[in-house]
Amino acid sequence: MSAPGVRPLLRLEGVTKRFGSTVALDGVDFELRAGEVHALMGENGAGKSTLMKILAGNIQRDSGRILLDGAEVEIRSPAEAKAHGIAIIHQELNTVPAMTVAENLALGREPRNRYGALDRRAMLESAHEKLARIGARIDPRRELGELSVGMQQMVEIARAVSEDARILVLDEPTAALSQGEALHLYDIIDEMRAAGAGLVYISHRMEEVWRLADRVTVFRDGRYVATRDKGEISPPDVVSMMVGRDLDDLYHRGPRTPGEVVLDVRDLTDGGRVGPVSFQVRAGEVVCLAGLVGAGRTEVARMIFGADRAAGGTVTVKGASVTASGPRRAIAAGIAMVPESRKEQALFLDHSVEDNIALGSLERFGGGGVLRRGHIRGAVKDQMRRLRLRLSALDLAAKDLSGGNQQKAVLARWLLRDADVLILDEPTRGVDIGAKSEIYEIVAELVAAGKAVLVVSSDLPEAIGISDRILVMREGRIVHELDSRTATEEDVMLHATGTLARTAGGPSWRTE
Amino acid sequence: MTDHTIAGERDGAARRDGVPAPTPGFAYWWDRLGIVAVLIVLVALMAAIAPNFATVDNLLNIARSISINAILAAGMTFVILTAGIDLSVGSIVAVSGVVAVLCAVADVPAPLAILAGVLAGAVAGLLNGLLTSYLALAAFIVTLGTMTCLRGLAYTMTDGQPIVSNTLNFRDIGNGYMLGVPVPVVVMAVVYLVAWFLLERTRYGRHVYAVGGNAEAARLAGVNVRLVTTSVYVLAGACAGLAGVIFAARVVSAQPTAGTGYELDAIAAVVLGGTSLMGGRGRILGTLVGSIILGVLSTGLILMNVPFFTQLLIKGVVIILAIGIDSLKRRPLRLSR
Ligand SMILES: Nc1ncnc2c1ncn2[C@@H]1O[C@H](COP(=O)(O)OP(=O)(O)OP(=O)(O)O)[C@@H](O)[C@H]1O
Ligand SMILES: [Mg+2]
Repeated sequence: MSAPGVRPLLRLEGVTKRFGSTVALDGVDFELRAGEVHALMGENGAGKSTLMKILAGNIQRDSGRILLDGAEVEIRSPAEAKAHGIAIIHQELNTVPAMTVAENLALGREPRNRYGALDRRAMLESAHEKLARIGARIDPRRELGELSVGMQQMVEIARAVSEDARILVLDEPTAALSQGEALHLYDIIDEMRAAGAGLVYISHRMEEVWRLADRVTVFRDGRYVATRDKGEISPPDVVSMMVGRDLDDLYHRGPRTPGEVVLDVRDLTDGGRVGPVSFQVRAGEVVCLAGLVGAGRTEVARMIFGADRAAGGTVTVKGASVTASGPRRAIAAGIAMVPESRKEQALFLDHSVEDNIALGSLERFGGGGVLRRGHIRGAVKDQMRRLRLRLSALDLAAKDLSGGNQQKAVLARWLLRDADVLILDEPTRGVDIGAKSEIYEIVAELVAAGKAVLVVSSDLPEAIGISDRILVMREGRIVHELDSRTATEEDVMLHATGTLARTAGGPSWRTE
Repeated sequence: MTDHTIAGERDGAARRDGVPAPTPGFAYWWDRLGIVAVLIVLVALMAAIAPNFATVDNLLNIARSISINAILAAGMTFVILTAGIDLSVGSIVAVSGVVAVLCAVADVPAPLAILAGVLAGAVAGLLNGLLTSYLALAAFIVTLGTMTCLRGLAYTMTDGQPIVSNTLNFRDIGNGYMLGVPVPVVVMAVVYLVAWFLLERTRYGRHVYAVGGNAEAARLAGVNVRLVTTSVYVLAGACAGLAGVIFAARVVSAQPTAGTGYELDAIAAVVLGGTSLMGGRGRILGTLVGSIILGVLSTGLILMNVPFFTQLLIKGVVIILAIGIDSLKRRPLRLSR
């Protein structure tokens, strides 16, 4: 697979890694040249992160070889990886929230003055430099945990970039970034490539991969599938290599006939930045809240569910009021919510998948308060089959599942409850195309069964693809409604950014 | 944590645009000085009610009586900052006291006897540290076990009887004065200076906070997490060893029952001082203030002739109140996120 004349910077040969009975990597190969961006693609659980963790000295391989500049090396610890010039931006944030940004950036390499004591001034100065280099406008004296996830991610990026590594691995770096931050990252990547570094880029976002990569390698189920120059292939080719089949009807849209109103939201507001908003969702209908990050979509979803208290307005489900009464009442009234961040807000990461799924409906399995484990297991298995989650995952800890499977587990929890209203906040973030398709299929099934679904999504094709109506939010209000059958991504963006009013020839009737 | 210095750097470092650090408002100072306010109120209260409280003699007495707990709490702060716990320090107090007294009785010079006691504590701490970090056992369980073992060891070494030596050569470390200040108070001050320097001014200190804040992130950043974890137990053990020597000097004997229950007072002082049991957050000077509060409270209650049982009740209530205030002051910050 290596082109003649081009000496690879890095070669991984026949790398195998098992976790208990799971074979995460089964004799995979991977090659990286100097001065290229090499995209590594594959569904959730394909083994991408596992391979990169081995490269970073984070975990150890069971067998296989690692060659740097043609010579075999051992990478036994993160420190050894660093010594070889390998830097990695991990998929999960690996920072210390209780410490300041500057301390995080210096962690492990704190500057010392000539007496051996910590040199805080130098630490602050170098933090300023590192952040400036990637164009992040963050005060390094702030405590990291106070920053948004996107900003924390920028800090991680600043740390990895500052190492001036020969090999930089980026494992889904943009999942939490805004558009502007992502664009800045692309510039840095281009710069590093031009300077002769080798970059491995892992992402589920095809546009991004096509914008950045020179070559693409695909893994499936822990196995190597192929490596191709970008010029030789098209995105659909990559998708079918990843999934092992063609995905023609991604969104599973059948004909839909919405029934009566199930969810009725009136003048809902948090008393400040968000609202008042009013809208309805009917039985058998999917409504999507679209808009930029910070437009108030998640806030609206959380107020409906009672996760946050509303300052004003009403929420009714099938005519019964559930206004501002907390998640317990909302759940009892038939509302379910899959929150934005599955790890922080939905999963018990150390508990088994079974317990995670069963948790939402334990009262249904109680005989006078005593749980009937057999019933639970049976019901959980039904939902797992329905979502195509492997049954062998039943006893795994939730943290050991891939992102897509974690999301399915959260979904399964609510499917088990059979709620009338399902609120899905960014349901496919960090989820691969195959699992995405399956999640869409479930949504389609639910809608066919007469459920009302409210989706918050930043993924424009998804927003248009799965919904019937799109409500575009900007600065806390619903500024426009679009019919998904006729809406385009540009329509949504124009309303979301508010540029329409200024666009020459744009309709002037827009109110606000 | 680092935040003391921030106030200084705020003016020094050139202002840059971007997301600014919050300006130090009421919450900022309350977060840092709230516990000091509690102490001041308490002292004022005691001075008003307890007879003879506000005399120099009595204040020096209080300082001496808190020194042992304060030294234990200094070591405990390191452990708790890494999200660990050390229940064995009370038993280490007994063992190291016995070791030091046995040395002194065998005519070992005083400095060496003291060193032997401190080393005994450090070795016990090393055992805790190795079991916790290399065998990845829970610190609570490990130190619960060593607490029992070491107490047994203290009894075995003394045959269950106190070893009294009226000519104890290192008695000054418990009873002497230096420029009018009791020696234990001087030792306590030195311990806190060193601890403060380690935590605030060295790379090692940052690593202690990092391990407690997110051990995995620290490991991936190249921090030797096991070494740091082991070291904090060694420090706690050494502090306990020092406290044990001082205790033995105070009572001019080796007591196998010395230090019983001290671990809980030390933990109380650390937590009172604002260090989080979850690790990664806290300040060594807070621990000192926490110890002082506990000491002032006990002494004041004794001066007021409050019965011992009632003292316990009041102490417990104060601990819960102080920590309640502590969490109240954090809450508005959390909501604003
Ligand atoms: N520590 C672990 N213990 C057990 N199984 C694990 C562990 N880490 C990963 N796995 C399993 O190894 C497989 C590969 O996981 P990996 O995280 O490498 O996938 P990925 O390709 O990065 O997926 P994603 O796109 O979701 O990030 C998965 O089946 C996962 O469940
Ligand atoms: Mg991954």
